[in-house]
Amino acid sequence: MIISALRGKAAAALVMFGLMASSVSAGEVRAAVASNFSAPMERIVALFQQESGHTVKVSLGSSGKFYSQIRGGAPFDVFLAADEALPKRLEQEGLAVSGSRFVYALGKLVLWSAQPGFVDAKGAVLYRGSYNRLAIADPRLAPYGMAAKETLEKLTMWNAMQEKLVKGENITQTYQFIATENAELGFIALSQIMRGGKVTEGSWWVVPEELHKPIRQAAVLLSGAKDPAASRAFLAFLRSEKAAEVMRSFGYEVP
Amino acid sequence: MSALASSDVQAVWLTLKLASLATLLLLAIATPLAWWLAHSRRWYKGIVSAVVALPLVLPPTVLGFYLLLLLGPKGAVGEITQALKLGTLPFTFAGLVVGSVLFSLPFAVQPIQNAFESAGRRPLEAAATLRASAWDRFLSVALPLARPGFLTATILAFAHTVGEFGVVLMLGGNIPGETQVLSVAIYGHVEAMEYDAAHWLAGGMVLFSFVVLLGLYLAGGRSWKMAR
Repeated sequence: MIISALRGKAAAALVMFGLMASSVSAGEVRAAVASNFSAPMERIVALFQQESGHTVKVSLGSSGKFYSQIRGGAPFDVFLAADEALPKRLEQEGLAVSGSRFVYALGKLVLWSAQPGFVDAKGAVLYRGSYNRLAIADPRLAPYGMAAKETLEKLTMWNAMQEKLVKGENITQTYQFIATENAELGFIALSQIMRGGKVTEGSWWVVPEELHKPIRQAAVLLSGAKDPAASRAFLAFLRSEKAAEVMRSFGYEVP
Repeated sequence: MSALASSDVQAVWLTLKLASLATLLLLAIATPLAWWLAHSRRWYKGIVSAVVALPLVLPPTVLGFYLLLLLGPKGAVGEITQALKLGTLPFTFAGLVVGSVLFSLPFAVQPIQNAFESAGRRPLEAAATLRASAWDRFLSVALPLARPGFLTATILAFAHTVGEFGVVLMLGGNIPGETQVLSVAIYGHVEAMEYDAAHWLAGGMVLFSFVVLLGLYLAGGRSWKMAR
């Protein structure tokens, strides 16, 4: 009993020592993060900073822009993209550490309107056509825009819809088009309207997964990382159950 | 020219149409406004000057966002346009014209105002002693004297509208043939990593703008001399 108690104390002392040591070598992680992931990122960063003593500086933007910036030598350590292709490309170009890439979240597409009762639970509103503008993110630029296009194609509505489409440069702008009711409805990321596990505003239809290719969001460690240890620690935390819990509460699925 | 897709050609025409229309409207609005600012002694002149200069302060996407709110179905202006059965302005060409005029207003007003101010009151008073009517004094004395200012205002308003991006992106919704102007088309190509198409458009835009500006400055050099 005494021995085990002592052992417990020693273990506690070791943990304390470990914490102190890690806080002495507290590092900084500079993260480039796709805008759709901004809300969960904030929570995950708070949890990680508390646990590890490292600090994380988050820059939000579109994945395509970050890709160009990283190629131009932008000072980032990790890249949390909205798709899988861009991190893969950085890896092939030697700008990301090979083998560090993994899918951290599966995004969900949702048809959303700021008006309650406008979108029904099956998305039949699309066929009724009782709207002038449908907002999507530009399919060439944003993975969620591509998923929206695939969905409309699968429903054989893409061609007929051209007149009504307005395109946001990214998913945040698309959200603003709908939130200000300039577009009656549109396709955005579920994470943009989900807080604490539920949607509180407007009306929505979560698009079934068989209507579009999965939105696989990948993260990668960049070759130019200034503090690879802290950056790896953050990426490991991103795969932890704690982070997964946060992501689920924002409507992501976790691989 | 084979490098340009038809949507790109469309964007070029749309940009020229937008810039020309916005410039004409700007001159029509800026001339009386600049005249008033140059000659008024009202206490609220400072407030009006500040309001005119405001678009210089706000980042264009932010200005675009507020316009989206204001002109949208729930916004004050949007409610008026809807009551007039005009629909709402965002995502339309007319909406872009309104946004461009607001955004470029200081670039049109300030050079004209400076020109009116530097001409001063004396030529006008001299004309008045010759019994020229107020309208005549304005048309045959004030306007010719302010010619360099008008030239600068035209150049700046046109060039600024061609190069405008943030407001158009926010307010336009990137609709080909309606709101997809040159700057937005180039941006789309760059973001989609279609660098060839982007280079063609951007190169053409730089060349065209340079030629237009050069022509105006050359013509301006002459008229500046004539004005003196």
